[in-house]
Amino acid sequence: MRTIFFILQKEFLQIFRNKSMLPIIFVVPVVQLLVLAFATNYEIRDLSIDIVDHDGGNWSQQLKGKILSSGYFRLHAQTTSDQAFDDLASNKADLILAIPQHFERDLVRNGDAAVQLLVNAINGSKAGLAAGYAQSIIGDFNRRIRLEWMAMDEDDAPSHFDMCFRYWFNPGLNYKWFMVPGILVILVTLIGAFLSGMNIVKEKEAGTIEQLNVTPIRKYQFIIGKLLPFWIIALFELAFGLTVGKLVFDLPFAGNLGWIFLFAAVYLMVMLGLGLLISTFTETQQQAMFITWFFLIICILMSGLFTPIESMPEWAQRITQFNPVAYFVKVMRMVMLKGSGWADIKVYLGIMLLFAVAVNAVAIWNYRKTV
Amino acid sequence: MKQFFEFVKKECFHIFRDRRTLIILFGMPVVLIVLFGFAITNEIRHARIAVLDQSKDALSQGLIRKITASAYFDLTENLRSEKDIMPAFRKGDIRMVVVIPANFARDFVRERKASVQLLADASDPNTSSTLINYINAIILQYQQEKTGVRNLPLTISPEVRMVFNPALKSVFLFVPGVMTLILMLVCAMMTSITITREKELGTMEILLVSPLRPVLVIAGKVVPYVLLSFVIAIIILVLGAGIFGMPLKGSLWLLLGACGLFCLTALSLGILISSVTNSQQTAMMISMMGLLLPTILLSGFVYPIESMPVPLQILSNIFPAKWFIIILKDIMLKGSDLRHIALPMGVLAGMTVFFLAVSLRKFKTRLS
Repeated sequence: MRTIFFILQKEFLQIFRNKSMLPIIFVVPVVQLLVLAFATNYEIRDLSIDIVDHDGGNWSQQLKGKILSSGYFRLHAQTTSDQAFDDLASNKADLILAIPQHFERDLVRNGDAAVQLLVNAINGSKAGLAAGYAQSIIGDFNRRIRLEWMAMDEDDAPSHFDMCFRYWFNPGLNYKWFMVPGILVILVTLIGAFLSGMNIVKEKEAGTIEQLNVTPIRKYQFIIGKLLPFWIIALFELAFGLTVGKLVFDLPFAGNLGWIFLFAAVYLMVMLGLGLLISTFTETQQQAMFITWFFLIICILMSGLFTPIESMPEWAQRITQFNPVAYFVKVMRMVMLKGSGWADIKVYLGIMLLFAVAVNAVAIWNYRKTV
Repeated sequence: MKQFFEFVKKECFHIFRDRRTLIILFGMPVVLIVLFGFAITNEIRHARIAVLDQSKDALSQGLIRKITASAYFDLTENLRSEKDIMPAFRKGDIRMVVVIPANFARDFVRERKASVQLLADASDPNTSSTLINYINAIILQYQQEKTGVRNLPLTISPEVRMVFNPALKSVFLFVPGVMTLILMLVCAMMTSITITREKELGTMEILLVSPLRPVLVIAGKVVPYVLLSFVIAIIILVLGAGIFGMPLKGSLWLLLGACGLFCLTALSLGILISSVTNSQQTAMMISMMGLLLPTILLSGFVYPIESMPVPLQILSNIFPAKWFIIILKDIMLKGSDLRHIALPMGVLAGMTVFFLAVSLRKFKTRLS
């Protein structure tokens, strides 16, 4: 026990002595949390629009006014078709509204007229939203002129469904509440999986691991001494990140934070075990980093952090069942936003515990064999 | 010059001897492209929902059938009472609860108004508001079916045309993104680590007293990675086109030129990182912490830059990834020529010169 304590002391000293590592461990994650939380938003405002008006009549003026006052669109230019298309191609405009000649006349005479919306669809989801906004504004406008022109009465409407929407757990649709817990998971993961594995490979690369092997230190003591500091640092990081989240973003803590820390403690054992495992079959830090990066990027992208898991195809959803990051992201959000408790997370905790035992068993077995 | 080539050859041997890294280097683009193309999507489908139907008449059941018949929603639970709603949400799997009150059909006929309540789990705001839009459209459609559509006079019909990507494929956005991510990793991280490694092991000093000039030493270490990343870029392009039908509307040469330029930018960034650090671990953490998340989040790869707050839009300009993604999308999807992409190309070139100049200065001071 005393030996482990001394190794720990030495490891901590080494980590804290490295002046360039300190800001990377403690400052960079917090800065990223603060900055990136603002970046992750699909809500789109201020789309720049080019309007090509071949009609110029009263109604087309009104339609333009309605679109520009909606808050979603900002006029880039009122221009000719060619110029507008050029703006679309050079990213100056996100969409074009083209009102044809005789728009007003056709509308009155034939009962219908078309307007054209050309949307830059390179970013599919953004284009879908832009088109949706524009269409619903045009629809509104259509209803209004119809009422005006026909002098229709709104009470005279046919049977209809009266829909009411409630947004639970996050009534203000605050995107940061959703993202901050997720980003925290990534930051904690980077510290856990990366630094730990790298630290052992470093000893290998520098040749100092041979020296350690001939000292009276037992291997398990060495492993614990290498892993435990990062386990502690990562948990500290989590606490720090949650505090920042509370202070800056007013994150709700709907559930018991104890569950989060319990889960994180087990989760980190999985990640540290992975780091250890990778360090057993690599010789250089470069290799270790590369392999870790590769698995990590897959885990992150398939964690449901940025895109919902249920939209993935079956085979991909099955892969996510083995992704520890996905479980942690899910549990974080469940506990923090919805107030989920023991009954809701116990299955996930069980799975994580299973992972932890399995990964560490393989890692230690492999470690004995190779070093 | 001959010495230089010998040196490059030696460095290449170093890289190619390390089989594990090579497998990962070439396997990674394949795996990531496939994952992104097939698995990662912004489109929302198969969202799990629960229903609390207190009416259980023909109209309400028709509505539920209508909702679950769409690819957007999967009905996973029938709730019995309002008390069940909260626990159902807390278990974490359902995104929405549709509540239909009693006397649904009767109200629809007699009062001409029947209410539907939609409770969304807004802990994920984007998904929930998108789902609300979908279900809204479905319910309206059902309503029209039940009341019969009448041809209304004075109809403005918006004709929407999705330019550059008519099928709204998200993979067209992801292929350039993955490419940027991988090139950034290979170029910036690998370079910074290779150079700091020499420093850490003390072999840098030895290299610097060799007859090669320091600049050539660094260049020699970098050249193999330029070649490597270029090959990787081509693999990604071929996969994107072959599997996902990623178009190439512009000139292939321009595209390759742009890839080359970006590799250089990333490499010079790697050199810069290595010039300010002394250990591999630090270099790695800087590239990892400093480049991974910003490259994913601030480059317009996943989230549109326009919807970010202004300070972040300004900040996004300092990440080379943003400019490269613009170039890739413009050349491949829009068929832009050099005239259109002169600005982003210029920015990347400027960044390269800047990174190199700063690291050269750092490098010199260290030697003296």
